Amino acid sequence: MYNLIGAGLVVIGAGIGLGQIGGKAMEGIARQPEATGKIQTAMIIVAALLEGLAFGALILGQQ
Amino acid sequence: MYYSKNDYFCANFQEHNFFDKEIMKEVSKVVKNLVLFIAIVSSLQGFAFSEGQDEGAVKGSERVNEYIQHHIKDSHDFHLFSYTNSQGERKHVGFPLPVILWSSNGLVTFMSSEFHHDDNGEVIVERNGSKFVKLHSKIYELEEGATTVNFDEEHHATNAQKVLDFSITKSVFGILLVGLFMLLAFSSLARQYKNKSVPTGFGRVLEPLVIYVRDEIAKPNIGEKKYRQFTGYLLTVFFFIWILNLLGLTPFGFNVTGQVAVTAALAIFTLIIYTVSGNKDYWMHMLWMPGVPVLIRPVLAIIELAGAFLIKPFSLLVRLFANITAGHIVFMSLIAIMFVFKETLGTAGATGLSVFLSVLILIIEILVAFLQAYIFTMLSALFIGMAVAEHDHEHHHDVEGHEMPDEEDVRADFI
Repeated sequence: MYNLIGAGLVVIGAGIGLGQIGGKAMEGIARQPEATGKIQTAMIIVAALLEGLAFGALILGQQ
Repeated sequence: MYYSKNDYFCANFQEHNFFDKEIMKEVSKVVKNLVLFIAIVSSLQGFAFSEGQDEGAVKGSERVNEYIQHHIKDSHDFHLFSYTNSQGERKHVGFPLPVILWSSNGLVTFMSSEFHHDDNGEVIVERNGSKFVKLHSKIYELEEGATTVNFDEEHHATNAQKVLDFSITKSVFGILLVGLFMLLAFSSLARQYKNKSVPTGFGRVLEPLVIYVRDEIAKPNIGEKKYRQFTGYLLTVFFFIWILNLLGLTPFGFNVTGQVAVTAALAIFTLIIYTVSGNKDYWMHMLWMPGVPVLIRPVLAIIELAGAFLIKPFSLLVRLFANITAGHIVFMSLIAIMFVFKETLGTAGATGLSVFLSVLILIIEILVAFLQAYIFTMLSALFIGMAVAEHDHEHHHDVEGHEMPDEEDVRADFI
């Protein structure tokens, strides 16, 4: 039971983090549209790392 | 600028004529291949009808979860679909795959059809003096003298042990299929470069993807000097994951990249490559980090070692596995809406809702299939790049003479 609550908390945190990443990347692209490619790549890498954390929590929470 | 109308139409017309012939050739080739494919598939289905125990149709929400769990797992036979015929018998359509076991009496091989789709340890197959049963998609060997499987309260077998299983399961079959496809497609692409500079046919689809992986993933992350050596691995991993992800979205029911064993093997390949090719700077930065106080260095070494040997491969394998598994569960749950809401919404309403949502999620899943292959390749390239990066040893110093970490150190710490 508690592990599921913990997994849920981690997912909320990951959601906030992903929102931050996406939002800041949008801001960055709006300021400097010519750097779109670089910003997107960096954004996807960070998002992937965060996502890995969230999935790890989900899998550990299921045990 | 003025073109003579006549000339223009003339040229256009001729061009069209030329293209029509080419297109006709291509179309007839495609049709031939399609007929061949359908013939192969239908012939496989022809002899693959087999009778199994009556398991009943998917009747309600209680069966849905079981079906999803069954799909997520690997299986010993290739099962396409089941139906109940007019006599009330349950028919399974698919084909059996070879079972290869290393039992206490040596090597044993037989076809998975001998289990007759049993998964509860009821059908016993006897070979070389050993008795085998299939239980929850795993094959067990019965102990000497036992004739039936005994279970404890948690439905674990008490008088049977697991055997070493080298079977060609559904996932292994999928891996072999994709391996064969990649071998044929890419060797034909490579052969074309001997005669001409621009590939034709299917190579036209593959060439931009190969160049994309080389220029957008390998070069920027590994560096101009050393990327060539690792591009082969990155390309293989990229296409392997991508094609298997896409194959998982077809109705054949593959779930290869959703198996922990497969993603773990891929992550271990990456781990071995960046560990073996790591240079002096890489090990130096891992074991005795320059530019920080001496007391902190052993602590950093522990963190760095855990990062390199546990966290990096674990994050690689979990990300791919969890993404694909989650996608399959969501997709199958949306399909299950059809059965679960049949009473409340009516057959047409439930089917419509299910198809609508499934199509939407399928589009996202096609994107995810590419994205996960891209991310796995990208992070592999990044890790390899960190291991082979050459530092110029001209670290910036601040006013007091302390070493300032350069950009790459900061990035390495962050990852």
